[in-house]
Amino acid sequence: MKLKTALTALALAGMIGTAHAQLSGGVLKIGVLNDQSGLYADVTGQGSVIAARMAVEDFKAEAKGIKVEIVFADHQNKPDVGSALVRQWIDRDGVDVIADVPTSSVALAVNEIVKEKNKVFLVSGAASAALTGNACTPNTVHWTYDNWALANGTGKAIVAAGGDTWYFLTADYAFGHDLEAQVAAVVKAANGRVVGAVRHPLSTPDFSSFLLQAQASKAKIIGLANAGGDTINSIKQAGEFGIAKGGQKLAGLLIFVTDIHALGLQTAQGLQFTESFYWDRNDASRDFAKRLAPQVKGNHPTMIHAGVYASVLHMLKAVEQIKTDDGAKVVAKMKEMPTDDPLFGKGVIREDGRKIHDMFLFEAKAPSESKGPWDYYKLVRTIPAAEAFRPLNEGGCSLIKK
Amino acid sequence: MDFFGIPPQALFGQLLLGLINGAFYAMLSLGLAVIFGMLNIINFTHGAQYMMGAFAAYFLLQYGGLGYWWSLLLAPIIVGASGVVIERLMLRYLYKLDHLYGLLLTFGLALIIQGLFQNEFGSSGLPYRIPPELTGGQNLGFMFLPNYRAWVVGVSLAVCLATWFLIERTKLGSYLRAATENPALVQAFGINVPRMITLTYGFGVGLAAFAGVLAAPIYQVSPLMGSNLIIIVFAVVVIGGMGSIMGAIVTGFGLGVIEGLTKVFYPQASSTVIFVIMAIVLLIKPAGLFGRAR
Repeated sequence: MKLKTALTALALAGMIGTAHAQLSGGVLKIGVLNDQSGLYADVTGQGSVIAARMAVEDFKAEAKGIKVEIVFADHQNKPDVGSALVRQWIDRDGVDVIADVPTSSVALAVNEIVKEKNKVFLVSGAASAALTGNACTPNTVHWTYDNWALANGTGKAIVAAGGDTWYFLTADYAFGHDLEAQVAAVVKAANGRVVGAVRHPLSTPDFSSFLLQAQASKAKIIGLANAGGDTINSIKQAGEFGIAKGGQKLAGLLIFVTDIHALGLQTAQGLQFTESFYWDRNDASRDFAKRLAPQVKGNHPTMIHAGVYASVLHMLKAVEQIKTDDGAKVVAKMKEMPTDDPLFGKGVIREDGRKIHDMFLFEAKAPSESKGPWDYYKLVRTIPAAEAFRPLNEGGCSLIKK
Repeated sequence: MDFFGIPPQALFGQLLLGLINGAFYAMLSLGLAVIFGMLNIINFTHGAQYMMGAFAAYFLLQYGGLGYWWSLLLAPIIVGASGVVIERLMLRYLYKLDHLYGLLLTFGLALIIQGLFQNEFGSSGLPYRIPPELTGGQNLGFMFLPNYRAWVVGVSLAVCLATWFLIERTKLGSYLRAATENPALVQAFGINVPRMITLTYGFGVGLAAFAGVLAAPIYQVSPLMGSNLIIIVFAVVVIGGMGSIMGAIVTGFGLGVIEGLTKVFYPQASSTVIFVIMAIVLLIKPAGLFGRAR
């Protein structure tokens, strides 16, 4: 009996030993890189770090012999800062996986470095569809959403409802340009017309001047190709300048639940937007919110937080299977295994790195419809996974054999 | 008739908007100019104090049930009092040292205050409504002018001019100016100079908080609102001439208008144009447009 116990213990130790031996540095190090202090800190920030931790806990990584360590840093929405951090993480600190990374300009820079160093890049925060298009790499998985999906969801719905002339308020960097281009393509494809656009610097406090130009354009729809604090301020000030009274409508192209919370339903009601996750959609998502919210001052999780959780979870499953942290191999395994997690359900990761799942067109409730704080969305339409994302052959990804 | 391809309606609209933004620049740079002129301290905490003004308005409404008009009165007093505490406990030890020490201290304080607020309230900000008396707007033909913005321009102009009058044209102001030139002599006349300086700092801080309350209904009440603005405001002060009261007012409004025009002609440059002007002014007139070389 004693011998048997000892042998079992030895065998177990051996198993754990092999798992360790395959991981560089004996530990799987995840670096959550995002905006910790600026205009995207609520939609990503600490929430993403906690979501990653929750994934590791739920996976019970330690018990399965995978030692995981999580670090995080603030890229301040600057590509140079982000690149330097990632290089330092990989070269000096032995980080194996980079997660989240909102702000497309930073994500595109990190994308190159991760490929060069053969690590894993799990994108949740960034929106640029180029990450699975002409900038795709064998080391990147783009999980939560992208500009194509937003344009396809919100843009199509608005054109279908008669909003056929558009004017864009665009954040002047990679994300805004890409989103504007994607939505413009959708609008034109539906025989709509884009009458103009104005580019504003990232993190602008005052939008009145841009709104006035949009107003003068007489377009039916003013498309907000910006995010976070910029979207909040544009919507708020549009109310002040009587945009809606003049018969024009705002289209928030990228809206998060924290934005609606900050605006209040009085201002936000009636806005339609596309997301892949809402905390109050089913029991699993409610449970996720209940665990996460108290750790971030009651802020309920955004789809980006959910995406970090689910992508880290799936990555851990892949590492468990192949017992290595070699970047390209892990991502290949992630693509090979179907995905299944409590927040996004069953899905797949396509060859170009695009995670495929349903998207949802939501509308912000009127104050009278809301039962309390954070009860903000009603579902307008589910966009089935098959038509939610850009078709594989249209992205121009070099991994796809033609 | 078009001006460089821009219809006159749009141009007038942008000029007016520039004036509105200029009102904020003017009020904030005025506070900075007063503090620098009288205390010789470059008050980098100014942006944080502007933000605290907005938060004070939010708290007064949320927990005290006091609306916008009370906030306009109380927030500057509350935040000004916090400024007095800072002056008494820290700043007063630095007057005799190089400017750099005051700058470092206030900059550090600004980071701490901002960090604390951000930790507590996040980055999306909190909503604050326009007071019901000032909702709606006027259709001016060339643009829709929200009543609230018209009020902001009016009240800040009044406050700016009153401050200028107080410092340049009254007896109290003459004491203040004398105390900056030669504190020992003024004290010999029986005037309590340290107290006067403390109150001056409190007043400058109160101005920032007042601007913060004015800004609360336009922008989100957010921990970052000050840091977005403070760098521009410093550029305004430098262009106007450090310590010049009228310089701060005129440059504040003027640069607001220039920035507004940039937003029409080349929006991408709207966040940089003020710094370009600053560089040019510093090259040609290092003391600033209205400053005296010391």
